Amino acid sequence: MAPLSQTRDQTAARVSADEAGAASAPVVVTIRRSTLLRPAVALLAKELRTEFRTRELLATTLVFVLMVLVLFSFTFDPTAAETRRFAPGLLWLALLFAGSLMLHPSFTREQANDTLAALRLAPIEPVAILAAKIAANLCFLLLAELMLLPIFAALYNLSLLPVIGRLVVVLFLGTLGLATIGTVFSAVSAQARMRELLLPLLLLPLMAPALIASAEATVGLFDDSAALSPVWTTFLAAFDVMFLTVTWLFGEYLLEE
Amino acid sequence: MAHSMATSTLSTREVARAGTDGLATLGVAALLAVAGYCALFVAPTERTMGLIQRIFYFHVPSAWTGFVAFLISFIASIAYLRVRSPKWDWLAVSSAEIGVAFMTVMLVTGPIWAKPVWGIWWTWDARLTSTFVLWALYVCYLLLRTLIDDPERRGVVSAVFNTFAAFDIPLVYFSIWFFRTQHPQPVIGDGGSLDPRMLRVLLLCWAALLGVFVLLLRQRYRVEALRHRVAELQISAAREEDER
Repeated sequence: MAPLSQTRDQTAARVSADEAGAASAPVVVTIRRSTLLRPAVALLAKELRTEFRTRELLATTLVFVLMVLVLFSFTFDPTAAETRRFAPGLLWLALLFAGSLMLHPSFTREQANDTLAALRLAPIEPVAILAAKIAANLCFLLLAELMLLPIFAALYNLSLLPVIGRLVVVLFLGTLGLATIGTVFSAVSAQARMRELLLPLLLLPLMAPALIASAEATVGLFDDSAALSPVWTTFLAAFDVMFLTVTWLFGEYLLEE
Repeated sequence: MAHSMATSTLSTREVARAGTDGLATLGVAALLAVAGYCALFVAPTERTMGLIQRIFYFHVPSAWTGFVAFLISFIASIAYLRVRSPKWDWLAVSSAEIGVAFMTVMLVTGPIWAKPVWGIWWTWDARLTSTFVLWALYVCYLLLRTLIDDPERRGVVSAVFNTFAAFDIPLVYFSIWFFRTQHPQPVIGDGGSLDPRMLRVLLLCWAALLGVFVLLLRQRYRVEALRHRVAELQISAAREEDER
């Protein structure tokens, strides 16, 4: 059992310890240890459970991206030799559009029963709420992407197998950025009028550097060298780290009442 | 009686303020005139591009002033998130709005120069594109503000967006080095080949535009403060109505 002195810098925990007396020391230690990680994991489980009961987000994302990819093929001639040049860009654009529409429910979903207020009242770090939602959205988007990849490869006549490992790295890095910014700004748009229009408006310009980097990195995988571009991969990783940090520093302001 | 006295003291203060404003405006107008004269007649004509290059003295300082405006807006947003005084929010929105105006000037003068020199109005070069994205980010910031009614929510939410936008800008600008670029490389600093006279005129033009920026910022900030005051008066009037 950890000594009470561990809670020295936790004002809230100390207050509850003073109120309840030394007997509650184990409880206090539990609160201290788990204001970020454990609630985040619990919330992630909750997000995943909610989604997998209906699978509505996943299904709509899949159908939406497929439709966009098919419609793109009407505006270009996908049989041309240039396919390998523009297909990755189309895929990322379709994913970005999908993200800007599908990430919208992450926070509006909580509004129906005002469950966000309950989450805010819980003795957890506000960042845990955001982190759980980012992780959940990352899971949904990655899952949808993995299901889409074979269809995308077939439609645009690309061979995936030689580059699949490197492609998953690019998909992960690009999608992490999309999930981070998309989740944060779904919290913003949930508080505004015209919310359905607002999320794409905020997301698309912010995602521009990541879109360029993801598309360029993916194009690099499908050209003759099939190499993972170190510049664009590092850029994507830097993008993710930067916005995860900014979310960690400033995201909690969005959850205030 | 008390009412009329209050009005008269207020108007004295306003007269004094109008005096300072008038002097400042005159000063900036004079500076603009000198800068314009130098840009058109004092600076040497560029060897290959000719006269059209003189738009550079308006284009580049507008961009720099826009960057300064966005930087002020970003700092004010951070300060608002920390301190929560509405004044920081007023400063953030005022500066962002004027920044968008200066960036619009830059985005309009750029193609006017590019058409005769490059032969095209626009190219999807990294620097052009990234500056366009930067402009779009702050247009979105201003749009976002119109869609939230509660002043405190509006302040917090738009300040967070401003922070994200500000962190996006370096990423957008790093991409200059990753992409091949058609835009003239910066001519100031290491390896620059700018004539010293051209540089002096450029800095003079920038000083003039910064003066315009400060004047506009003062006015715009005052408008924001007055809007806040009107909203307060409307609330207290509605409350009095309710009490009656």
